[in-house]
Amino acid sequence: MRNDERVIVIGEDVAEGGPFLATKGLSEEFGRERVRNTPISESAVCGVAIGAAQAGLRPVIEIMYIDFITLALDQLVNQAAKAHFMSGGQLSVPMVLRTQGGASGRGAAQHSQSLEAWLIHIPGLKVVMPSNAIDAAGLLLSAIADPNPVVFVENKALYFAKVQAPADPEPIPLGRARVARAGDDVTVLATSRMVGESLKAADALAADGIQAEVIDLRCLMPLDRDTIAASVQRTGRAVVAHEAVTIGGLGGELTAQIHELAFDYLRAPVGRVGAPYMPVPLSPALEDSYRPDAELVEQAVRFAIEWDQPVEPSKL
Amino acid sequence: MARLTGKAAHDLLETIWRIRLFEERVAQLKRTVQAHGLIHLSIGGEGVAAAVCRQLRAEDAVYSGHRAHGHALAKGAAMPETMAELMGRVDGLCHGLGGSMHLVDRTHGFMGATGVVGGNLAMAVGDALCAQLQGGGRVAVVFFGDGAVQAGNFHESVNLASLWKLPVIFVCENNGMAEFTSREEHSNVGLVRDVVAPYGFDRATVDGSDVEAVWEAFGGFLRVGRRGRGPFLLECLTHRRRGHYEGDAQEYRDELADREWEQRDPLTRFQRVCLERRWVSGREVDRIQEAARAEVEAAVGFARASPMPSMELAQSLVYAS
Repeated sequence: MRNDERVIVIGEDVAEGGPFLATKGLSEEFGRERVRNTPISESAVCGVAIGAAQAGLRPVIEIMYIDFITLALDQLVNQAAKAHFMSGGQLSVPMVLRTQGGASGRGAAQHSQSLEAWLIHIPGLKVVMPSNAIDAAGLLLSAIADPNPVVFVENKALYFAKVQAPADPEPIPLGRARVARAGDDVTVLATSRMVGESLKAADALAADGIQAEVIDLRCLMPLDRDTIAASVQRTGRAVVAHEAVTIGGLGGELTAQIHELAFDYLRAPVGRVGAPYMPVPLSPALEDSYRPDAELVEQAVRFAIEWDQPVEPSKL
Repeated sequence: MARLTGKAAHDLLETIWRIRLFEERVAQLKRTVQAHGLIHLSIGGEGVAAAVCRQLRAEDAVYSGHRAHGHALAKGAAMPETMAELMGRVDGLCHGLGGSMHLVDRTHGFMGATGVVGGNLAMAVGDALCAQLQGGGRVAVVFFGDGAVQAGNFHESVNLASLWKLPVIFVCENNGMAEFTSREEHSNVGLVRDVVAPYGFDRATVDGSDVEAVWEAFGGFLRVGRRGRGPFLLECLTHRRRGHYEGDAQEYRDELADREWEQRDPLTRFQRVCLERRWVSGREVDRIQEAARAEVEAAVGFARASPMPSMELAQSLVYAS
């Protein structure tokens, strides 16, 4: 915002910092015209961002919970995503829609979802999911500079982790994944909070001599197919780990793409780790069971490893 | 209140004739499957399109709904490229990728028609936000029908515009019909001016077939809008001569009497006014009509000569770079 006066921030409570303090300090530095609170009108606020972007600003709109993106979907899907195409290239919508999801905090069914899979189905949108604060800064810089509408999906469980971050972050290009941990036995493709969980699983697996390669996808659209292909072609095994419900989630799409990229190299079916097919329950013990974690990733990896292991005949 | 002068009236009459003859030709092209898709004609709405758009500058943004041909042409979209777009050709405004309901002409500030009712009301508000932040006297205008007023988006957009006092002019063409049903089946509130009354901003309801009335009312709002203030609602009571879309059998309403139409036709009424006030002569009217007819035919020729777009071109325009 210091470098580009076209960047404005709009959303509910953004001037006060928001419930997760993501915009803390902005209105004090840039004023309440550029950091603007809105009423609870997700649809029109998204539309305002689109119109302002088409007119030359770079709006960063916040939707407090990804569960409420449903209210803005007509604007996002039917207008923002299609403006460049339908206008034959005359219009572009350089906006960023920041939001957050995830089940951790007893928000229950309407405040805990992970809906990003819907968005990769809409040609014209870009979808980013940072797994850590440093990446988030770099990816956000690129998202703001991108001439397309970008949905930037944060995770509520990751907001208050304390990290040492550079004062001047470097932009991270969209569509480039990060190899968080190298390994030769299995490729784990993870997003958001599941990157950390996958790294924990990788440590546990290493104790048994299984070396998992953990790839932080960072970007769901555009997807870094080259990094995925190179890894799975080398390891021959893949597990996709996301927090979203497994059925209809990113895992299914990636499984199909891995078939296209590396079917002849696969030694086991592609595994998926995600949430059960149910709305997020309130009760703490249930929410904790519901939420995918390192243990599920570990199980999925072991399943893939054992798929083609020769069995020692028992000695009589 | 700026009164209409002879020079401006001449321009308006020309614009109205151009739209009328364009739309009648498009109706024929649609029947013969040379214009494609869901086509909604502006016949009966030319007066509002001209009276509003001809007072605007290229940098003022105009958004519109699915019935947008007249608005696009009045705002300055070139007729050959507009015709080519309706016919899906690569030399169309949008390279044939958008079509009738998604016309865009960025260079003239026609920022988009939309096929989703009320779909771009908030976008016009956003354009006005940009105008207000940047200064310079730009305004945004959005055309919509009375059917859009019942959508939640309308109330959200009007609320935001009035809360932030943005220079956006909401122009409602209230023809008493939404698709195939009359307004009284959609809302207990007959006039859109009464729907927005609680928001407390300036509004006016005029006869949409009275070009002079629309010109003056819009001009008044425009003057204040240029000082960076708003919003405004201009409700134009109009009459939709043809069906909702071309192909609509119109069984749901009575035959429109020719005499009744003559009273409500903005073209007939305004032409009579122009002749009475000696803003144009009879011979000038013939010249205007002939020039418009020739222009429409040239546009059809241009469109027919243009090839269809390729899949490669389409694929290259999914994302901006």
